[in-house]
Amino acid sequence: MFGYEFYIDPSRCIGCRSCLQACEECETHRGHSMINFDFIDREEGIQSAAYVCWHCDEPTCAQVCPADAIKKGEDGVVHSSLKPRCIACNNCVLACPFGIPKMWEPEQQMMKCDMCYDRTSIGKRPMCATVCPSQALAYVRPEDIAHRREKPSNTFVFGNQTITTKVYMMVPEPAQAVIIDAADYIWEARR
Amino acid sequence: MNLLRSKSAEPLWKEEFSVHTSDERYVSRRQFSKFLVLTSAAMFVGNLWILVKSWLTRKPVYPEALIANLSDVPVAGVKLFNYPTPDDHCILVRLAADRVVAYSQKCTHLSCAVYYSAERKQLLCPCHNGSFSAEDGSVIAGPPPRPLPKIEIETRGDQLIARGVETNARG
Repeated sequence: MFGYEFYIDPSRCIGCRSCLQACEECETHRGHSMINFDFIDREEGIQSAAYVCWHCDEPTCAQVCPADAIKKGEDGVVHSSLKPRCIACNNCVLACPFGIPKMWEPEQQMMKCDMCYDRTSIGKRPMCATVCPSQALAYVRPEDIAHRREKPSNTFVFGNQTITTKVYMMVPEPAQAVIIDAADYIWEARR
Repeated sequence: MNLLRSKSAEPLWKEEFSVHTSDERYVSRRQFSKFLVLTSAAMFVGNLWILVKSWLTRKPVYPEALIANLSDVPVAGVKLFNYPTPDDHCILVRLAADRVVAYSQKCTHLSCAVYYSAERKQLLCPCHNGSFSAEDGSVIAGPPPRPLPKIEIETRGDQLIARGVETNARG
């Protein structure tokens, strides 16, 4: 599906977990969801956020891989680790600023969201985007997302590390980049 | 390595193990055939060099050395000696009353010491069951690739004198 992009809007997430169920249906990782699902502030409210891999332009997970097991394809999709190469060292799990890679312990292999490569590579939409009722996870053309109040941004700033990604985050209009101060969030959590 | 790669800001390992599949470089047919041609040319030159070197080196001169007296060695008996240096162990066998042969004792396979078996008329290596003919030192069975180097023996009256080592490398 040339020209389609993935847009994530946590403010639209209603916490139905349809995406988790849909992801588990995938044949390559049946029973294991590759969606990251979090509550924004579990103590205070019910706002949830579901998100997939952001498929960074320079993926940190692949850069730290000592076994050259994680590859970014020409279409920009960062794939799960290659089974013959992955040594289950957890470097990628620790290094990813978004917390995306998952170590699949029984298989001793890192698995992650590969944007349903079996579907998107033949022109179908990813499982999660097809089932999301509020289109918090949307796989659409840029012109179809332009009418929304939030605007897409694919720049994330983690301290000194600036990351650009294939997947877009919908942010309030004045913001150009998503600036995340991880230490600040840890401080708030201790309140 | 700087001669072989074009200028790049990335370190070599990052280029060779790129995270992007589009940057992965596989060996091209041209590179492979270049490797084959250059390697076989190097092998050819190396062999030429060995050949020229063997032409230029002179044949070694062996000293004469008294080994034993013929009367001290019984028929089908054996005498061990060192020739041409004290580190080269050799074995002398009296096959018949008037026939004496001597060989290096080092098996040509893995340098174990061979011994003489009078009933089989063979020189046997116990390590891997190699056997050599006692008549001319040629390989009869087992893993040795070459015959045993032969020690030239001259009989002067009662004296047995070693005169040289005859190595048949062709086997």
